[in-house]
Amino acid sequence: MTERKEIYSVSSLTREIKGVLENRFPYVWIYGEISNLRIPSSGHCYFTLKDRNAQISGVLFRGQAARLKFRLEDGQTVTGLGRVSLYEPRGTYQIIFEYMEPKGAGALQLAFEQLKQKLAAEGLFDAAIKKPLPPFPRRIALVTSPTGAVVHDMLTVFRLRYPNAELLVVPVRVQGDQARFDILAALSGLNRHMAADLIILARGGGSLEDLAPFNSEEVARAIHQSVLPVISAVGHETDYTIADFTADMRAPTPTAAASLAVPDKRRIKEDLAVLTARLRLCLDRRLADGRQRLDAASRRLVDPKKKIYDHRLRVDELTQRMARAIRRELSDRLTAQNWRRDRLTKASPLVSVTAGRRDVQGLSKRMGLAMNGRLTRNRDTLKRLEQNLSALSPQLVLDRGYSIVRDSRSGEVITRAAQVEIGSSLDVVLADGSLKAVVERKDDGKEEI
Amino acid sequence: MAKKKFEEAVAQLEAIVEDLESGDLPLDKAMKRFEEGVKLSKICSDTLDEAETRVRILTGETDEGLQDAPFTEADQRGTE
Repeated sequence: MTERKEIYSVSSLTREIKGVLENRFPYVWIYGEISNLRIPSSGHCYFTLKDRNAQISGVLFRGQAARLKFRLEDGQTVTGLGRVSLYEPRGTYQIIFEYMEPKGAGALQLAFEQLKQKLAAEGLFDAAIKKPLPPFPRRIALVTSPTGAVVHDMLTVFRLRYPNAELLVVPVRVQGDQARFDILAALSGLNRHMAADLIILARGGGSLEDLAPFNSEEVARAIHQSVLPVISAVGHETDYTIADFTADMRAPTPTAAASLAVPDKRRIKEDLAVLTARLRLCLDRRLADGRQRLDAASRRLVDPKKKIYDHRLRVDELTQRMARAIRRELSDRLTAQNWRRDRLTKASPLVSVTAGRRDVQGLSKRMGLAMNGRLTRNRDTLKRLEQNLSALSPQLVLDRGYSIVRDSRSGEVITRAAQVEIGSSLDVVLADGSLKAVVERKDDGKEEI
Repeated sequence: MAKKKFEEAVAQLEAIVEDLESGDLPLDKAMKRFEEGVKLSKICSDTLDEAETRVRILTGETDEGLQDAPFTEADQRGTE
């Protein structure tokens, strides 16, 4: 007989089952295929996770969904971390996911996540402990396989971008069980001898299994302990390894690591050109300032040289003007001289002598003629004047009975009675002699003659 | 002039430019700094032009240090 120790109510059984489930599976990694995905307006994702033989409900709440780097889709295989939860009102259980990622990665992925969490908790990934990369590395160690495309491609980038860095290839195996020890030895050796100022840990793409050495704790700790800065460049852009998280810098690909490690020579040259231009500009500005001040000062300062210059110019000018003036003067004088010579030639004494002679002859002739004429005329005039004169001669007058009375004392001819006084002595000239008379009486009346 | 480290030269050049840009220097000092700067700029530029990537491969380790040898085509082809 079975003792019915206890009769569960639906609720109490459900609660008990819930307790068992949730305590037994607090957090689980699970992978499967998503189907029947529903995302209502709440933003929470509801789906069924299934594999060939079973299925289980899953929920990813909106907050967690937003943190995922991919979008959930039906048919997608995912691996997720979640806790089992029983929803009592419906008696159903589901997994409430905290985190999901695409691709079923299985145990490796899990190991990866666990190691990642462990190292993160230890602070190996802290941004604060990342070492800065040298801006101009002189020697770079390439910890990688010496064969294959990876090293070749990186060397090409270095040669093109910055040929000044010396490269040291540190050959290691990059896959297989022993690879991690090669890498470990390489990193510690380089650090022991400080044989480079930058380390690049590189490998081409591969499966999660291929990349296993770079997800190993040994490599992670070796990177962490490296005094020399480490760039990790493992796999493709989408691959993240523990080495990437631990390194001082992660490069998406090996060639990208080469580009990150060294500056671009062309860029440096451009920077140099800019610096040099700035240098020149500064000095030019300084010089321009100085020149301006100097100019200002010089303007106030009379430069003796300039004066000499001015004088020289003035002398030159004067000399030229003088020369011009002299030339003009000479030519004027020459002209004048010519003119005078002409005049002189024209005024030659020979000319005037001849002319004079001619004149003299003419004049003499004319003079002769004139003289003759005048003589004749004068002779005639004389004759006539003689006749006139004889007509006027006092003798004739006297002959006709007139006499000339003079004052005896003064000799004055007396023509008027008033000229004499009574008693004055008079000389009376007659035609044939003279008389001396005395005035007895004066009559100023008009006596008839 | 002794061969300077490239980054030192660049840093010095930058310092000179900043010095000059501050405008505090008397002119004769500025000229001197300028000449220095031009020299550095040339050194840097020449260094970049002259360099040819030297690639070595690590061959072993002794007490004195790491040993290396030129990295050749043969190294790249490998023996695998």
